[in-house]
Amino acid sequence: MDGPPGLLDWVPNLMRGLGNTMLVTLFGTLLMLVLAVVLGLMARSHRLPVRGVARVVIEFFRGTSLPIQLFWLYFALPMAGFRLEPIVAGVVAFGLNYGAYGAEVVRGAINAVPKPQWEAATALNLSSRQRMTRVIWPQAIPLMIPAMNNLFIQLFKSTPLLFAISISDIMFMGESFRFAGGNSTAMYLLLMVIYFVIAYAVTLLANLAEVAVKSRLGQHEGIRSLFRTRKPVPQEVAP
Amino acid sequence: MNWSWEFAFEILPELLEHFVQYTLVATVLGTIVGAALGLIFAVIRQLRIPLLAQLTTAFIEFVRSTPLLIQLFFLFYALPGMGVTLSPMFVGVLGLGVHYACYMADVYRSGIDAVPKGQWEASVALHLPPRITWQRVVLPQAIRNVLPALGNYAIAMFKETPFLAFITVPELLRTAQSIGGETFRYLEPFTMAGLIFLAASYPTALLLRRMEYRLAAY
Repeated sequence: MDGPPGLLDWVPNLMRGLGNTMLVTLFGTLLMLVLAVVLGLMARSHRLPVRGVARVVIEFFRGTSLPIQLFWLYFALPMAGFRLEPIVAGVVAFGLNYGAYGAEVVRGAINAVPKPQWEAATALNLSSRQRMTRVIWPQAIPLMIPAMNNLFIQLFKSTPLLFAISISDIMFMGESFRFAGGNSTAMYLLLMVIYFVIAYAVTLLANLAEVAVKSRLGQHEGIRSLFRTRKPVPQEVAP
Repeated sequence: MNWSWEFAFEILPELLEHFVQYTLVATVLGTIVGAALGLIFAVIRQLRIPLLAQLTTAFIEFVRSTPLLIQLFFLFYALPGMGVTLSPMFVGVLGLGVHYACYMADVYRSGIDAVPKGQWEASVALHLPPRITWQRVVLPQAIRNVLPALGNYAIAMFKETPFLAFITVPELLRTAQSIGGETFRYLEPFTMAGLIFLAASYPTALLLRRMEYRLAAY
């Protein structure tokens, strides 16, 4: 091929890159959710050692910056004898970092379930397991969805970092377009539009999920709430 | 495990120097740009200037939903093609500032909304011109209320400064990387870099929580 490539020539490459990006996003989000629930529940424990471990892990992963965690896993950990595949390093870094933020979301949502609900569950002689699965969680989940959606968008927005640990993600493909002499202005704008569209599509899905779980609780919202846009904010400030 | 304390302390001064010179400076300047621009965005939207207000809203929505890294690359690699060449540090401060201005605009808005309606009415009653109403009555009260929230954004921005490494700003992450490249030891530089971040951000977050608590007491 002669001359600089056009945007259309690069679409197959971008799609391949997007596949890798979405792979890490998907598994990173799953790990984030699992860690958020585990750490969030641990942080509510009455036992000091359990709560202490959770707090240390949460504050550690919130306090050290995500790019540094990612580079640590990919470049520093092999020096200590563990070599991770780049994809695994990405999933683990995103999952740990955002899982720590998610733990606070889970903890806050469970604490936000009104006290009388706990007392009523005890009065009805529900076991502590039944109380959590039948009374508390169904009410806490709708409270978590907007914040988790926000965390997802933050995670998704961090995925261009993957190109720095030699994953051929969508950012890598965009960079290769620039190296091949393509119009970088157009390419970066296209990349931003792709990110924007996916973030909004997921927001729509999260709204749908929120409406669904709320209707199970008897809280019905109009169809307009589906099209409410979420305002992604950094995790520090997320409620 | 082949961790060497000797090596870790040997590289600490260099890391700290770059941390102060680039990471902290970028955070402070980025916060100033973000806070100023965010205020302008918020006032434009509050005044409902036709077209400009809608454009600002669209810009804010777009910037918030797209990755900071691509925005930085756009400023750094795409703008020179249009005849604007900026130094890496300038691009970094500008990118961080604009990105966070879009978050901060909403913070200001909630602060402005929280100023009691009576304050606006009193300003009208006192026949204050709009400029004085904003300058002397509304904004001083609004900004005071949002200071802790702005501080939280400053911490968030601080933790995103390693993104500047990719546009060749020699901040903490890039310094750690280049030390690793020279010595083939990555464990110590990256660990120390992470610990420096933790040591700086955790106490600041605690301090902000206390400030929030004290301001809320009024």
